[in-house]
Amino acid sequence: MTPFGWVLLAAATAYALKLAGYLLPQAWLDSEPVHDLAGSLTVGLLASLTMMNTVGSSAGLSLDSRLLALAAGAAALRLQAPYLVVVLVGAVAAALGRLAGLP
Amino acid sequence: MGLSIAAAVGVYGVSFGALSTSAGLDVWQTCALSALMFTGGSQFAFIGVIGAGGTGAAAWAAATLLGVRNGIYGMQLKALIRPPARLIPLMAQLTIDESTATSTAQDDHDERVRGFWTAGLGVYVLWSTFTLVGALAGQAIGDPRRWGLDGAAVAAFLGLLWPRLHARDPIATAVVAALVTILTIPALPPGIPVLVAAGVTAAWWFWQRNRRAAR
Repeated sequence: MTPFGWVLLAAATAYALKLAGYLLPQAWLDSEPVHDLAGSLTVGLLASLTMMNTVGSSAGLSLDSRLLALAAGAAALRLQAPYLVVVLVGAVAAALGRLAGLP
Repeated sequence: MGLSIAAAVGVYGVSFGALSTSAGLDVWQTCALSALMFTGGSQFAFIGVIGAGGTGAAAWAAATLLGVRNGIYGMQLKALIRPPARLIPLMAQLTIDESTATSTAQDDHDERVRGFWTAGLGVYVLWSTFTLVGALAGQAIGDPRRWGLDGAAVAAFLGLLWPRLHARDPIATAVVAALVTILTIPALPPGIPVLVAAGVTAAWWFWQRNRRAAR
């Protein structure tokens, strides 16, 4: 399939998931284990995606300025900075690392 | 309040647009993701896997798994505001973190309905617009790493994760998923470690649940 094909398929699947919440019988979804597993899966995926974006590259593991972004983002979140500031702090930290000559 | 959300969506949208083109998607594909998929976490997952050299199928799977929570949101909103059937196809498209959070934070029915539509439509317009801006800018600025945009993506994911780490169980889940990802990245094709981490997360959840039930 072409890249655009995968974009359209992923968009259609995302819409189907959204719609399913409104259309499936309430009893199917409205159970505590379903909520709990969905919550757990979201945490696991976000943690995994955070790490993949921090150390992943086409060559496998790569430790570079993105680690600074992770540390700076965590510090900003710790200080209860708003989401926008957290994202900006991450960008500035990585940019400064590269300016200093780090990979 | 509204202004700060708009500013955040703007910066986030510009980052997404720029990172998407640097991950190898073109401007049209990037804008299609924001206008059609319209769920930021899944979109970042999709371009993250593609950017790391993963296949379209792996990108689709990561985006889809992360979109499961939107189904739960739809169910909550349906129970909460009882929308008429003719509005459901449109409501479904606007069902995301921000619109659900805004709606469920209100106290009465009319405010919930208003909160959902204001946040949903507002974010949709801003997100799509700023994605286009970012995609065009991304092609103009050259290497986005020099501007730290890959660091912005790291912080963006951490920022989505952070509010969910409010108790011991989710923290343990996050640590397990992060470790599985780091350990499997050198051994597996790009994008697959995220799916393995999702599988291990589900297995971990079952194990914890059985352990609680046994007690």
